[in-house]
This record gives sequence, C-alpha cells and structure tokens, in this order.
Amino acid sequence: MTRRTVARALVYLSLVLATLVVFLPLAVVFLTSLKTSGEMADDSGALTLPDDPLNFSNYVTAFQDGRMLSAFANTAIILVVAIGGTILIGSMTAYAIDRFRFRFRKLILALFLVAALVPGVTTQVATFQIVNSVGMFDSLWAPIALYMGTDIVSIYIFLQFVRSIPVSLDESARLDGANAFTIYRKIIFPLLKPAIATVVIVKGINVYNDFYIPFLYMPSEDLGVISTSLFRFKGPFGAHWETISAGAILVIAPTLIVFLLLQRFIYNGFTRGATK
Amino acid sequence: MARSTRRWRGVTPWLFLLAPLALLITFTYAPIVNMVAYSFTDWDGVSPELHYTGAENYAELFTRSELFEVFFVSGYYLVASVVQIVAALYFATVLSFNVRFRNFFKGVLFFPYLINGVAIGFVFLYFFQDGGTLDAILGLVGYDGDRAWLGTPTSANVSLAGVSVWRYMGLNFVLFLGAIQSIPGELYEAAEIDGANRWQQFRHIIAPGIRPVLSLSVILSVSGSLSVFEIPYIMTGGATGTETFVIQTVKLAFQFNKTGLASAAAVVLLLIILAVTWVQRRLVPDDKVDLV
Repeated sequence: MTRRTVARALVYLSLVLATLVVFLPLAVVFLTSLKTSGEMADDSGALTLPDDPLNFSNYVTAFQDGRMLSAFANTAIILVVAIGGTILIGSMTAYAIDRFRFRFRKLILALFLVAALVPGVTTQVATFQIVNSVGMFDSLWAPIALYMGTDIVSIYIFLQFVRSIPVSLDESARLDGANAFTIYRKIIFPLLKPAIATVVIVKGINVYNDFYIPFLYMPSEDLGVISTSLFRFKGPFGAHWETISAGAILVIAPTLIVFLLLQRFIYNGFTRGATK
Repeated sequence: MARSTRRWRGVTPWLFLLAPLALLITFTYAPIVNMVAYSFTDWDGVSPELHYTGAENYAELFTRSELFEVFFVSGYYLVASVVQIVAALYFATVLSFNVRFRNFFKGVLFFPYLINGVAIGFVFLYFFQDGGTLDAILGLVGYDGDRAWLGTPTSANVSLAGVSVWRYMGLNFVLFLGAIQSIPGELYEAAEIDGANRWQQFRHIIAPGIRPVLSLSVILSVSGSLSVFEIPYIMTGGATGTETFVIQTVKLAFQFNKTGLASAAAVVLLLIILAVTWVQRRLVPDDKVDLV
C-alpha cells in the first residue's frame, strides 16, 4: 500500500464517520417515533428496532393533539406573505438606490448597511415595545412585519443583481415612453428571477425554522407555528418520547423533501446569500 | 414639461423607498434608540412611569457577578466554533477534489443546517438522555454506565456546544466549498506539475483564495457565540449553568419585567458585537467581503 492509498482510505473513513454522526441521532429518533409506549417502557435501549415498523399511531397523536395542522397553516401564511413582501421591498430598494441619483442616497445606503451589522436578538427587548404599541402583538402580523422589515441580506442580493442589469435597457425603455414604475415592473423585476429564487430559498428556510420571533410575539396557542407548536410538546407529552419523536420527524420531513428536490438551488442560494 | 419630469425624477426614488425605509426605521433604528434610552431607566415594560436612573443598570451588570457569568458560557461556543470551522475547512477541501459519492456526502454534511432548531433540540435531548442514544452507542462499544450528560454545568455546556457544531458546521462547509470552487482549476494543475502535495496546495492556493469567506465565518462565529439562544433554551431552559446572555436578557425583560436592566444588557451585547466586527474589518481589510 502506498502512502496515497492510505490517505485516501483515511479520507473515506472520515466521511463515513461524519455521515454516522449526522445520521445516527436522526435515525434513532425516527426509530423511536415508530415504537409503542409499551416498548419504550421495557427498557430495551434506544437502538432497538420497533416491533411494528408500520406503527404510525404516534404520528396521528402528534398531528392531532399537537395541533400540527394549524401550525403548518400558520407557517404557510407567514411564509407566503413575508417572502412576497421581502421580494417586493428588497427589489424596490435595490432599484431606487442603484438607478437613481438623489440627495441622501449615500446616507440611505449606509443606513441599510449599518442595520445589517445589528443582530436582531439584541434589539428585541425594545422592538417588542414597538410591536406591542402598534397593536401587532399576538397576531400573525408581528412576525410578518419583522421578517419583512429586518431582512437586509435580501436587499444586498437584489442590489448585486440590479447592478448587473445593463442601464441601456432602462434607457431604451424610457425612450419608448416608459416611466420608472413600468421599467421596474416590466424590465427589472422579471430579470431578477435568479435573485428572487435565492431570496425565496434562504428566507423560506429561515422563516420555517425560526423559533425566537414567533415564541416572543405569538404566545396564543391558536397562533402556533411549527417551531412553537413543537416546542409545546415538552409540556403535555413530557416523557412520551415516542410522541415527541413523531412530532420532530413531522417537522423535519418537509425540509428533507424540499432539500432532495431543490438541492442544487439550495447550495447556490446559501453561497450567494451569505457571502454577498 | 421638462421641469415637471425633472421634479418627478426627484420624487420617484422616494416613492420606491417609502415602505422599505418605514420598516427599517420602525423595526431597526427606533428600537435601537429606544433601547439605549430604556437602559438608563428603571422601566418595567408595563407601567406608564419610568424613572431616569443614570448608569445604575450598567453598574449593576458589571458588578453583580451572576449577571456577568453568562459570558463565560459563550466561551464553550467559541471553542466549538473553532472546531466547527476547522472541520468545515477539512471537509470542504476533501470534497472539492474527486471523491466517490461526493454529492451524497455534501448533502449529508449540509442537511443539519436546514433542520428546525426545536426539532434538533428534541433530537439531542433524546440523544443525551439517561439511557438515550449516546448511552446506547457507548454501551455497544463496551463503555457501560448511564450518565447524565446534561447534569453538570461543564458536561451540559460541552454537550450543547457539540449540538451547535452539529447544526451549523454545514453552513461553513457549503460557504467554503463555494469559495474553493471559484478558484480557477489551472492553479491546482500548475501546482501539481510543480510537485506540490495536497497540504501545500491547501496552504498556498486554497487558504489565500478563500480568505474573505474565512474571515466572514470567523466574525459570524464570534457574534453567534455571544448570541446563542435556541439550543440551550429548548434543551435545558438555561438550567445547570447553561444560561446564555440572550436567555438571561429574555428572562429579565419578559419574565422579571426588568426592561431597563435588560436593555442595558442588550446595549452591552450590541457594543461587543459591533466592536468585534470593527476589529475584524480592520485586521482583514478585504474589498471582497464588502457588502456594497
């Protein structure tokens, strides 16, 4: 064996080990979700296989008692409105800043830039008072407004893209009599498709997985999103690990499906979203 | 006509900026200003009355040791982020060369980053349980004995920091991978002809090539370590010495109604994070990380 083959073997070994580290905790939770409470109690250990691999009763319990249907519905509403708003706001800001020369342009750009440096968690104490005073506390509007209004990253992604669209396109449209709104709607916005895809992916995953904002701003049980509804499993299901596991798998499954379907776009989205 | 179009051109950008600016000011700048103002008062967040108390909150923060101790918890996460960045660099380098099942491994390493934080919290709560996944695995390799992994402050913090590596390594990995792939392939070929081995290629081509992303990761790790919330809150609720700065601030503000003190804490955290960012920009001045 040459040194090169040993090195190769070690590389594969490390990759297989990493795969195990990623998979094992998830796989065990999946196994647990298929067990009955009797099997959980008999102390046979976490790694044993369930007696009946098609026992989905825990999923039914988690879905119904955990109110997962309304959680998915709330999450979907927030996702659609917040992402739609983010796209509109981000693309409008980018268009205005890149295509117009006006007073305070530099200042406004700087305002958005500095805001990107402020981590949302730090200002939440004061943000809470504002959300509360405009009457959005404990409504779906609170997370929607916060996701829309504090997403500076998407503005940068759009800014990069608008910059790459040749100004001559705008100018020829202007000669044909188009005004700024028509140019934005008919030329800029359609050309932003790749940027929109990036924002939808990065933002979508953030919103779907966010816990902090819905947890602080929507305490009502009716307004549970998937994170907060799953978090509530801690109370009623206490030590019922088979039900908690089923709930966790219910939440992870859609992510896995979307990931498998959109892999390439998701990678691109993240490399773009984070480095820009 | 000419004058009116000119006037319109002056107003148009503002029409586009109206909504974005309103949101930016309402949800980013107004809170910062208010937060600084609250930090000098004894406000409880509810009552109409608030009294100016000067720098009292800040004095309390820096003198009551239990309020300051939460920063030591960040140390565990800082160490974890070193592990995380090194592991991500290793896997990104390895997987940017020809490896079998490359896409499979890429997917596996990145996937945890996409999983819901609460679900991860539960998965690992079960993992570290008495007789849970970890104990069962250790039992398989002959290391018996149930252990309460979340039972003592040190082991609990190490466990939680481990979860954070598990969760976030994939993001660093994908960022590094993207950066490595943007390095022109001829460079490796030239190096190969010159007889450079893998380590030399990494040292002289990859490392300098991805410096902007590397420094971005370092800064995200530092501010991330200071503002840890989800994993410890979901898994331990901040018990057994795992309370982080953000958990403490949330508790002060929303459980104990000490909005003034919580605001002062948040101002301190914000200043630390801004300082770290500033130092990093100074040390690694690189136009490629520039956002504009």
